Amino acid sequence: MTALLDVRDLRVTYGRRRGAFRAVDGVSLTVAPEETLGLVGESGSGKTTVARCVAGLIRPDGGGVHFDGQPLGPVGRRPAALQRAVQMVFQDPRSSLNPRMTVAAVIGEAWRTHPSAAPGGDRAEALHRLLADVGLDASTASRRAGDLSGGQCQRVSIARALAVSPRLLVCDEAVSALDVSVQAQILRLLDDLRRERKLALLFISHDLGVVHQIADRVAVMRRGEVVEEGPAGDVMSAPRHEYTRALLDAALDLDDGTPEQTGTTRDFPA
Amino acid sequence: MTAPPTGHEAAAAAVSPAVTGPGTSTARRPGRRAATLIPCAVVALYVLVALIGPLLVPYDPVHTPLEDRLLSPGSTTADGSTAWLGTDGLGRDVLGQIVHGARTSVLIGAATVGLSCLVGVTLGAIAGYARGWVDAVLARVFDVLLAFPAILLAIVIAGAFDRSLLLVVVALSATGWIAFARVTRGVALSLRERPWVDAARVMGVPGREILRRHVLPFTVGPVVAMATLEFALVVLAEAGLSFLGIGLPADTPSWGQTIASGKEYLETAWWISTLPGVALSLLIISVGILGDQLTARHRHGRRSA
Repeated sequence: MTALLDVRDLRVTYGRRRGAFRAVDGVSLTVAPEETLGLVGESGSGKTTVARCVAGLIRPDGGGVHFDGQPLGPVGRRPAALQRAVQMVFQDPRSSLNPRMTVAAVIGEAWRTHPSAAPGGDRAEALHRLLADVGLDASTASRRAGDLSGGQCQRVSIARALAVSPRLLVCDEAVSALDVSVQAQILRLLDDLRRERKLALLFISHDLGVVHQIADRVAVMRRGEVVEEGPAGDVMSAPRHEYTRALLDAALDLDDGTPEQTGTTRDFPA
Repeated sequence: MTAPPTGHEAAAAAVSPAVTGPGTSTARRPGRRAATLIPCAVVALYVLVALIGPLLVPYDPVHTPLEDRLLSPGSTTADGSTAWLGTDGLGRDVLGQIVHGARTSVLIGAATVGLSCLVGVTLGAIAGYARGWVDAVLARVFDVLLAFPAILLAIVIAGAFDRSLLLVVVALSATGWIAFARVTRGVALSLRERPWVDAARVMGVPGREILRRHVLPFTVGPVVAMATLEFALVVLAEAGLSFLGIGLPADTPSWGQTIASGKEYLETAWWISTLPGVALSLLIISVGILGDQLTARHRHGRRSA
């Protein structure tokens, strides 16, 4: 199967000359159609920078990003079809929506920008259908970000991305700012949408537990490099790199009850 | 269960305005709130006078009844009317000059602030949003112009051409827009990093639309606060230019000209210069306080948001 997203030897440097910091140093990744790739790593490991390169918000210094064989440049230079194909969900649910715009206006903007994605018939009905798909009622359409909960805002962000029928959804810490029960709902929603709409997901998180729930494959980043990559089950149960082991141990310390880990190291007597 | 507390609160509310002494902060608050409205009320009064005053108080700058010259406030003129604020060295009514001068000042203030705001906000938003070399060039231009004394530039421009109202507006706008540009650039620079702007960029929304919908609406608070302060400066600068005789044409009533025309009579007829000066000072102080209030409210609003 050919890759939908192909990131080759990506390099990004922030700052210049002496203060220069290489945030991403030769990262290569692929995401197959309808696959979820989890990208994990501690803060500052360069995962968000990779996401922003894929979304076209920053321009890499070296290497390239290809989507379905076509090069992905800065977002403003992409043809409309490619702009639609790659969408992103951000970390902070509330500030990823313009506080002065209603939900209907947010979705309307997506349709106005890409008329080819806009529904043909009744827009109000299409809007309600789209909101229902992400688990929001029709009454949400007239509300603003300030009137919605974090989970609802994130659902609106997902709806905005889906409005233009993308093929790849980049989720940059999309559930990190939500509380645990809402996290689980949003993860389930993303997974359902991926299946129904045949999306590929590039799912970025620092939280291994979250990545384990959703990802088919996992890539682990540290200091701008991918240190380990493989099927989610293998990486989680038999990490090859010591950094991955350290990450897993850190996650276990905080969260003793992670059921998928109990088989290997912890057997609680009944 | 809710009835007794409600009744108690209502009773307390009814009593509190009458209670005086320590510990009655609730009783004092309405008074303080009214005090904060004074600058706003004074500015509103000036605007009202500027709008309808000239209809009620006639004034003709070329009608100079010399028999009425230098009458003190409250005197009766030769044609039997009362000169409430006295007359100047050519027998013209000082009240009429103040009222018509208010119209001129408000008009010039509004036009200059409007023009400066339009130019400054546009350039500032472009600089802040575009960044890169566009921002580098524009930001240096702002800094260089800021370093140039504003009133000097206005004097050069106003002195080089024929006196007219439009010229005064242009001369004062020549430096007035920089403050707007700098404020807007700062706000645009920080707004650019907001996720909703990134979301719009990923969506492929064109830069112009992003500026209009996702950036400019959030600059309104600081720009309005800036506009009030700028208005006060412009009114003062216009009076200064007119005082120097390079501002408005001689037949346009202006506080600056009235003050200038009274400077030879300061010892004998104080009212000619003093009363327009008081009118000018009161407006400048009120607008200044209003601007500070708006700035404080904006800052407070940002903190709570």
